Amino acid sequence: MSASPSGEARIARAFANAEGAGRAAFVPYLTAGFPDARTSLAAARTLLRHADLLELGLPFSDPLGDGPTIQRASEVALAAGTRTRDVFDTLRTLRAETDVPLVVMTYYNPIYCYRGPAGEGEGAFVRDVRAAGADGLILPDLPPDEGATLIAEARSAGLATVFLVAPTSTEARLRLVSEACRGFVYAVSVTGVTGAREGVGGEIADLVRRTKAVSDLPVAVGFGVATPADAASVAAFADAVVVGSKLVQTVADGGDLDAIAAALAAACSRAGAGPAQGG
Amino acid sequence: MFPYPDTRGRFGPYGGRYVPETLVPALDALTDAYDEARADASFVREFEDDLREFVGRPSRLTFAANLTERLGGARIYLKREDLNHTGAHKINNTIGQALLARRMGKGRVIAETGAGQHGVATATAAARYGLSCVVYMGEEDIRRQALNVFRMRLLGAEVRTVTSGTRTLKDATNEAIRDWVTNVRDTFYIIGSVVGPHPYPMMVRDFQSVVGREVMQQLAEREGREAPDAVVACVGGGSNAIGVFAPFAYLPEGRRPRLIGVEAAGHGMTSGAHAASITAAKRGVLHGALMYLLSDDDGQISPAHSVSAGLDYPGVGPEHSFYADEGLAEYVGVDDDAALAAFRLLAEVEGIIPALETAHAIAYVLELAPTMARDEIVVLNLSGRGDKDVSEVMRVLGVAEASS
Repeated sequence: MSASPSGEARIARAFANAEGAGRAAFVPYLTAGFPDARTSLAAARTLLRHADLLELGLPFSDPLGDGPTIQRASEVALAAGTRTRDVFDTLRTLRAETDVPLVVMTYYNPIYCYRGPAGEGEGAFVRDVRAAGADGLILPDLPPDEGATLIAEARSAGLATVFLVAPTSTEARLRLVSEACRGFVYAVSVTGVTGAREGVGGEIADLVRRTKAVSDLPVAVGFGVATPADAASVAAFADAVVVGSKLVQTVADGGDLDAIAAALAAACSRAGAGPAQGG
Repeated sequence: MFPYPDTRGRFGPYGGRYVPETLVPALDALTDAYDEARADASFVREFEDDLREFVGRPSRLTFAANLTERLGGARIYLKREDLNHTGAHKINNTIGQALLARRMGKGRVIAETGAGQHGVATATAAARYGLSCVVYMGEEDIRRQALNVFRMRLLGAEVRTVTSGTRTLKDATNEAIRDWVTNVRDTFYIIGSVVGPHPYPMMVRDFQSVVGREVMQQLAEREGREAPDAVVACVGGGSNAIGVFAPFAYLPEGRRPRLIGVEAAGHGMTSGAHAASITAAKRGVLHGALMYLLSDDDGQISPAHSVSAGLDYPGVGPEHSFYADEGLAEYVGVDDDAALAAFRLLAEVEGIIPALETAHAIAYVLELAPTMARDEIVVLNLSGRGDKDVSEVMRVLGVAEASS
């Protein structure tokens, strides 16, 4: 264990590298197992060529924070037989190939109900996902108020915990949520679910500013960031840009994931013209 | 009034608030607004006035003489929620929540619905209080409950078809939550059962508990005693059951009647096609609360099955989960066939066509009453009337048999 850095340290290093290079970190998201294990793994490898961090979604039957694209991807992944242990296998494979931080986004019930080879529930999930190579967890339906035991397990396993702040969060909530975060804080760009939409909401710059006023952690912005123009506008004020539905849709359509990821990554650069400069 | 939940919305370990952060401030505001409203005599008076003048409360407590005689055991009383305006207990709660929405200045309400009774009750309250209304309903339930879909539209509501997942109540609830996350600033989500994040299970319980309080009063007048020996109600999410149970559940042992919740065992408990969450005895988190929940070893929610759309839900309210663990209430399962038989029997013997949901509770009373003494009393919560189910029952039983 001591040979590999803690999840928090690996995430911090990735943010420092991006910052040093004058970029917001680029964080692509994929639904694990979509449309099947092999395609999903290949897509992850493609994205890792451009990613500062990679976010892997554990498919869930009832993803109530997600819009239609990720809902459908989750349904297809589960219909293809994707199990929690398969996602852990994917993590192990990727961990052996990359130093890019791997962060798992999961709803709470798969954690709560988890049955692993060496135990059940939160503690076993946290230890097993960490052993498989994850550096952090993003928890879209677990406010830190309900996460005390999970947070304690994650701390002792060296796994970062990433909770969400939203445009509706009060100052007191921003403080409470960011204090429970390790690695970074995830700011939701709009009141709503995930999914590509027209432009990025105007509230988000204000939310990032309010979050930074109460926390020293990097702030990542996600939900509705789809185009290089969206990414560039978010990169101007946030530490990381998360793109999910757009990439999942590209996988679904068999589009040119490499080119789209390259353009998004380039748009995260704060120096000059962005996309046109390329790598 | 009730000792649970605690200030964090917990009934023992159950309940809580497992929701996206976007909704947490809204739930805080709702909790504050509800606390203020229930302490405000003018709010309470308006709620009670509308229950009396618009809903038609108190609902009757009918002695089921024929059924009692036929079964030859306990005296059976029917708490007639089917006689309420809109035909079920659901309206008690929607009146309360819609009044609260108006008080909070929210002009738009949304709801999920399974059998359509909650959707109709929400559309009705929205019409009465001048609120715009959107109801989410699974495609499968829209097929099973066409009459209620038309009623909602007549009442001015927009019914949105949900085609994701199992296309039933669970997915309608997901979609309503997605709408609420998106429109949280001007929208009030009227949840129809004792599920969801705190304060919903508490608030819905409080609004529905008028049912149990009336039973106490009516029994005192009729039989000279407050508590029967047993109270039986069907349980999906569990709102009609909690309404009739809660006023009894926290009575000291000895004064507390047996409280029996009847879950839908669908094609049978070993078939995998059922909706009996407590009987299946596995916990989980869905729609904001920790509760008994049907899910697999990976925590993926298992599709529920019941012939009745209103019980077709994989979870059960956190307060029921707590009652089950503490032994305050018992929970049993009744399958589709037994419910259908009870549906027909009550119609033939008592002249009341019950909702298919309610028929599950009736089926259990058919077993229970004969085991009890003739001076004992069973109260069956007749949670809704069956007009909405007639065409589905015809389909299930076969038109030929129904017309023979």
